[in-house]
Amino acid sequence: MSNEKLTFKGGTHPPHSKKATEKLALEKANAPKVVVIPMQQHIGAPCDPVVAVGDEVKVGQKIGEAKGFVSVPVHSSVSGKVTAIEPRMYSGGTKVTCVVIESDMQDSIHESVKSKGSLESLSADDIKNIIKDAGIVGMGGAAFPTHVKLAPPPDKNVDTVILNGAECEPYLTADHRLMLENPEDVVYGLQALMKALNVSKGYIGIEDNKMDAIEIMEKAAAGKTGIKVVALHAKYPQGAEKQLIYACTKREVPTGGLPADAGVVVNNVGTAAAVAKAIKTGMPLVERIVTITGEGINNPKNLLVKIGTSFKEIIDQCGGFKETPLKIIAGGPMMGIAQFHIDIPVIKGTSGILVLSVAEARLPEASNCIRCGKCVEVCPINLMPAGLSAHAMLDNFDQAESLHAMDCIECGSCSFVCPAKRPLVESIRLAKREIIAKRKKAQAK
Amino acid sequence: MENSRFLVSSSPHIRSGESTRRIMMDVAIALLPALFAGIWFFGLRALWLTLVAVGFAVASEIAMQKLMKRPVTVSDFSAVVTGLLIAFNVPSTLPLWMVAIGAMFAIVIAKHCFGGVGHNFINPALAARAVLLASWPVDMTSWVQPGVDAVATTTPLAILKGTEAVNQVLPNVMDLFVGNVGGCIGETSALALLIGGLYLLYRRVISYRIPVTYIATVGILAFVFSGFDLTYIPYHILAGGLLLGAIFMATDYSSSPMTAKGQVIFAIGCGLLTTVIRFYGGYPEGVSYSILLMNIATPLIDRFTLPRKFGGVKKSA
Repeated sequence: MSNEKLTFKGGTHPPHSKKATEKLALEKANAPKVVVIPMQQHIGAPCDPVVAVGDEVKVGQKIGEAKGFVSVPVHSSVSGKVTAIEPRMYSGGTKVTCVVIESDMQDSIHESVKSKGSLESLSADDIKNIIKDAGIVGMGGAAFPTHVKLAPPPDKNVDTVILNGAECEPYLTADHRLMLENPEDVVYGLQALMKALNVSKGYIGIEDNKMDAIEIMEKAAAGKTGIKVVALHAKYPQGAEKQLIYACTKREVPTGGLPADAGVVVNNVGTAAAVAKAIKTGMPLVERIVTITGEGINNPKNLLVKIGTSFKEIIDQCGGFKETPLKIIAGGPMMGIAQFHIDIPVIKGTSGILVLSVAEARLPEASNCIRCGKCVEVCPINLMPAGLSAHAMLDNFDQAESLHAMDCIECGSCSFVCPAKRPLVESIRLAKREIIAKRKKAQAK
Repeated sequence: MENSRFLVSSSPHIRSGESTRRIMMDVAIALLPALFAGIWFFGLRALWLTLVAVGFAVASEIAMQKLMKRPVTVSDFSAVVTGLLIAFNVPSTLPLWMVAIGAMFAIVIAKHCFGGVGHNFINPALAARAVLLASWPVDMTSWVQPGVDAVATTTPLAILKGTEAVNQVLPNVMDLFVGNVGGCIGETSALALLIGGLYLLYRRVISYRIPVTYIATVGILAFVFSGFDLTYIPYHILAGGLLLGAIFMATDYSSSPMTAKGQVIFAIGCGLLTTVIRFYGGYPEGVSYSILLMNIATPLIDRFTLPRKFGGVKKSA
């Protein structure tokens, strides 16, 4: 481990709030009786169901076929019978087509699930196909199809893979526990990703509030050529793709560009572990680690949850609500999505279920901007959030665009620090949607 | 929907403990040492003036917001800070009603006519000082020697400039440092102001950029303009309103730039104008006018010092 603290400029220090779960070993969640599996859990085209109501399915069986390149298939997480295929609410806030499966509680594994052989025996294309067929997406939360990242445009010179183990979102400890309890799969997955991209340099970036994970990952990576574990300064948003790339390589991803423009592909440590599993056992992505925490839950836990299990079941397993909670969030408190209700399934991108008490989640009323400049100081992209937001709130979207609204990564640092409690990132987000809509309209002409 | 009882909002879902009120309270706390020094050196009258200024500032804010049918925000403490700063910028002999007029002008005209806290384009307390100085120049420049006797005196900068009272001698630097000299209530004790400034830096209410750049600029230019006379440096830094201005007035959020580079430019401008006024202008003191002038330039400075955005590199081919 190098001693210099690697980081980026700007950023802020929300309370880590990880104490409740960081020392709790992973537990397997109780087997769900019913799973609701959305056909769209990823960025890109939704899947077409390839099963019908009444069909018997097994664990790992493909139930949704990918449409197009930016899309991944979806698999059953239980064995049992398909009872419905219908639109249901999911954590994205809209309804999507879901396959509802009643489990027979046998967990019989589908015959297609078998080891793909050793890493040495597989070619780069083999690995990419395995990853796509296993339905693997970014497990940090954004759920971007991993095989797409592994196919950068041929003119980009990618020479590095970075695994994101920063877990800079407060409260969440899913990646932390994964690194502590299954470091071999993380390293194996990284080797597979490096081989798929034909690169020789691999980093595993971990915030230095997880020294135990850094130590264990270093042991696991010892002797593996080209792989380096790097300690990153614990600062939000250290795990944001561009900031992570800068911290590890001092390279800057250009505006509107991809990590590949900086010669890098970034994946979450959870994604790497899923890749390892898909190669070693052939099991596609049908379960994930979820941190259930927050002041509003009785027994916070890190659970290994089958995709499609409802939030409600998971919350009940954690002792239920302590008091009537104010907010339920899929993901972390800085970038997670607040939920209307808890009859929604855990999906591939659900890194946490955060139950915030009234005290934690109360949002104070906004007052006048006092121009203190704290938002400017913390913005990791060096924008002027106060100015951008002022334009956005007056519907001056053209001015917002000229102040580089589109570069905003929506990390929320500005809103977090604002002493006047202004909705800074919220209004910039609105401006971005308007600008995108305008650009689309202009293109259509 | 049965379970639909949760609050839904756009992320982020948590907020820091910072608040406008906390910041303004910190500024008020940081001003206390200078207030005590003012009372110590200029007597209880300094306290009465301060209470009147703060009282009228707060009352004007309440009246103004009621009149405009806006929520009353005096609990954010910003009017208290303005009141304190107005009192700090007047001599201890000023009639009470004059400081009351200053407080009303600051809050009603400089602050609320432009939209209230955060929207004032110039520092309200300095605007009030400028109005008072223009309206009652004699009362605003009647200085007394610290102590019970209240002997008429002048300010060290006036002596240095030789504009008046040529028979007076310059006080020693130690008196300047603790504040045992003639001047406005809150400006004379460099020690007390520095303690307040360190508190603000520790609480991260202000950054070092504006005060340090401003003071350094004045120090260097005083050395240059005086024909490279080192003795001018401590007097120009410690005497007059420089420390009060640099630590508490030029750092006013609303009327100073938001960008780091902009703050440095702003502070250099303040320092330059202050020294030019002091050496070549009609007044012995130039801190308040220089800050007011730079306040006006703030939007321009902000516009031209947009930070380089992360990601502004060329795309690789």
